[in-house]
Amino acid sequence: MLSVRNLRSRYGRIEALCGIDLDVEDGEIVTVIGANGAGKSTLLRCLSGVQPASAGTVEFAGQTITKMPAHRRVARGLAQTPEGRQIFTTLSVEDNLRLGAYVHDDDRYEKDRDAAFDMFPVLKEKRDQIAGSLSGGQQQMLAIARALMSRPKCLLLDEPSMGLAPILVTQVLEAVKSLRSVGVTLLLVEQNAFAALSIADRGYVMEVGQITMAGPAGELISDPRIRKAYLGL
Amino acid sequence: MSEFLQYVLSGTTVGAVYALIALGFTLIYNASTVVNFAQGEFVMIGGMVTAFLFAAGTPLWLAAPTAIVVAAIVGILLNKLAIEPARGASVISLIVITIGASIFLRGLAGIVFDKQIHRFPAFTGEDPIAVFGATILPQGLWVLGGGAAVLVGLYLFLTRSIVGKAVMATANNRLAAKLVGINTNSMMTLSFGLSAAIGALAGVLATPITLVAYDVGVGMALKGFAAAMLGGMGSPVGAIVGGLLLGLIEAMTAGYLSSEYKDAVAFIVILIVLFVMPSGLFGPRSVERV
Repeated sequence: MLSVRNLRSRYGRIEALCGIDLDVEDGEIVTVIGANGAGKSTLLRCLSGVQPASAGTVEFAGQTITKMPAHRRVARGLAQTPEGRQIFTTLSVEDNLRLGAYVHDDDRYEKDRDAAFDMFPVLKEKRDQIAGSLSGGQQQMLAIARALMSRPKCLLLDEPSMGLAPILVTQVLEAVKSLRSVGVTLLLVEQNAFAALSIADRGYVMEVGQITMAGPAGELISDPRIRKAYLGL
Repeated sequence: MSEFLQYVLSGTTVGAVYALIALGFTLIYNASTVVNFAQGEFVMIGGMVTAFLFAAGTPLWLAAPTAIVVAAIVGILLNKLAIEPARGASVISLIVITIGASIFLRGLAGIVFDKQIHRFPAFTGEDPIAVFGATILPQGLWVLGGGAAVLVGLYLFLTRSIVGKAVMATANNRLAAKLVGINTNSMMTLSFGLSAAIGALAGVLATPITLVAYDVGVGMALKGFAAAMLGGMGSPVGAIVGGLLLGLIEAMTAGYLSSEYKDAVAFIVILIVLFVMPSGLFGPRSVERV
């Protein structure tokens, strides 16, 4: 599905990604964990095309997309729920969803919207409200629902648990996990390593722009180094 | 009383022109956070192209739309050639670029056309219409009607059509817009084209009353900018209210004080807004939930 080779990216003179290799297979949930500033969000920004890559290749669904502009990647089925939610605060909840389906010029919008309402009933209640008036958890749900409206083959999720109360973290991650059953492949970036590893198939550990460990989620979660550095155990 | 009404009528007419220019500022500001000081040149292009085509024998109904299309193309070129290549530059640099573009367009107009004052006849006669002891020119009604039509059309476009919503989404959050698959560069192009067309329409409607020359753009841009500031930069409603208010204040100043001070009003308004309420009447009070 997604294949990243020697990906590099920089902000001015500072290299944020120093040669990343990463694979996500069809139907997998893969997570990238790491501390704040490790470059996880930069990685997702590069994959979505809103941050330029200085070297390396990104292959998605059998096609090299390293230089493809962001909006065309969405049309090809690579969507992202960005860090900090980034919903359209001045537009209504429903308009946010409508814009999520921007790349599809057909009549499936209402069906997809109703599916999103089924997944997050609270959004249906608040469909006519200004999205900026939603609570943090609701905004996160809206951000995920909006990304799903583009009918992605692969969804990149950046810190969906950030800033949420513990009970909401569980709720949001359950929703994330359920996406697999509708055929969406997931690449999940999280600081909350335990939560991420507990729903993922495989994981990568990222430190200052590099992948330092990789393996099945079950192995990572019991690895003493991971437990010490990221799980606080 | 009829005197006051007269000031209201002429103030509203001029104000509608300012409102259209302010609307142009707002559209581009929302799409790109650039304050486009070349906005007044679109007004000039609208008036000048119509005047010259008309003088060359083209009927008004053809000359006016042609002028609007020409202005839209100039607006799109401005974005493609001057703003887009400088993406990522500071807002100040971008504003300076638009000032440069404005000087360039003015100079070009002085060469392509000439440096005389021009006009073309009003659309439907020149005889003033009496309203309760005051008068309004038929062209004044065209200005007000044109302004109202643009407002309604723009409102429907931005709130009902998916492309309009995409423009609003780009204004609200550029990153998120890209991530849902909106081509934000096209939205910029669209905003510049649309805003130039609206400016040119203001020029077409106003020229029979205010006349046009190659250098009217500066004044128009400053009035429109003052109106946009007063209403709150970024708010379409604010642009309309700001424009009408500025027109009224100008007319009252000219009528009750002295017409010598008329042009100072816009600058005094800019200063007061900056001192007292920098976000204007309807400007965004940046509140964000985290």
